[in-house]
Amino acid sequence: MKTADITNSEMNISNAEEFFEASATQILANLAERVPSINRQLVYRCELNKLISVLKLMKANESLDFSQLSDLTAVDYPSRIQRFELVYQLLSVTHNRRIRIICAIDEGQIVPSATGVYKSAEWPEREVWDMYGLFFSDHPDLRRLLTDYGFEGHPLRKDFPLTGYVEVRYDDMDRRVAYQPVQLTQEYRDFDFLSPWEGDQELVHSSLNAEAENEENAKKNGGS
Amino acid sequence: MGIIPPIIDRPIPPGETQDKILNAVTDEITNKGFVIASADKLFNWARSGSLWPMTFGLACCAVEMMHSAASRYDMDRYGMLFRPSPRQSDVMIVAGTLTNKMAPALRRVYDQMPEPRWVLSMGSCANGGGYYHYSYAVVRGCDRIVPVDVYVPGCPPTAEALIYGLLQLQKKIKRTETIARR
Repeated sequence: MKTADITNSEMNISNAEEFFEASATQILANLAERVPSINRQLVYRCELNKLISVLKLMKANESLDFSQLSDLTAVDYPSRIQRFELVYQLLSVTHNRRIRIICAIDEGQIVPSATGVYKSAEWPEREVWDMYGLFFSDHPDLRRLLTDYGFEGHPLRKDFPLTGYVEVRYDDMDRRVAYQPVQLTQEYRDFDFLSPWEGDQELVHSSLNAEAENEENAKKNGGS
Repeated sequence: MGIIPPIIDRPIPPGETQDKILNAVTDEITNKGFVIASADKLFNWARSGSLWPMTFGLACCAVEMMHSAASRYDMDRYGMLFRPSPRQSDVMIVAGTLTNKMAPALRRVYDQMPEPRWVLSMGSCANGGGYYHYSYAVVRGCDRIVPVDVYVPGCPPTAEALIYGLLQLQKKIKRTETIARR
């Protein structure tokens, strides 16, 4: 009896999930298209000019009710024609579902700010501006969020050098912290080699054999 | 060359012995104009016995710093009390990653500390950048910003290691043979 109940409820859950997904796809029919994903995650792609209307719809529609923007970030794909992707993660508290909206944009394109729809987009948008240099229009206070005051460049772009351009030190003459071009006292280290313990087994064996042979030869020579 | 006073635990009564000592002191003053005594030793004893560190926790090292102050290792035993103000502290424990953005603030706080002052650099990040050595946002060692007296290695150093570093700092202070400003 219990097993039947469980299967029944499982089926109900999966039916509800399918229904939710179908209605989401239907509601977003003209605005965004669903992208294949694993574990039944809801991932949609949309055009930049439709982004804000998608977000508004997701929040306003009662059967979806994505009331919360849990994160907003970007990804840099240097080889693509449209270099960046904006990623919006939404959460529906009432339905216990999450959704991801992806929007491809190119360098220099201006993104409409989501702060009008989700107030919580303010700082993530500042972070995306800081890290990727994507400009948001109608943002109340678009300053850098994390990097140093007067920092130049956008560190999470793939063409940004790891060590940056400047470093700081205390200047005894000027009595203040001064900036100077980066001078590395230790070069980059390259760990891209085969580990002798787990890498090329044949190499390990041959080197071990060679050692053994050497020892044997040494013994023979020593003996004779 | 100074006079070495006899080790005594009660006042010398007036008489020949007392006159001898007083005359020796008077001679020193008339000859040279000064007397050398062990004031520096006293100062160093007092300073090393009440090192008040300033809480400058920047990252996970701060948690180990808290452990060293908490009941198990109890820095209070050595007269070390954490102070929230640089103006009341003698030693700054730089515990954690020092970023470029934080560097001017760290220097300002160091400048606000009264002399004599010491700096203890705690952990790989503060010693030389550590894990973030090649980062665009991290200072490659807090000794680029402030002069450091003791480096404590580790990532993060254990609470014992920090205590050991502080005891080394006490030794260093006791070794100091001047009371002049550095």
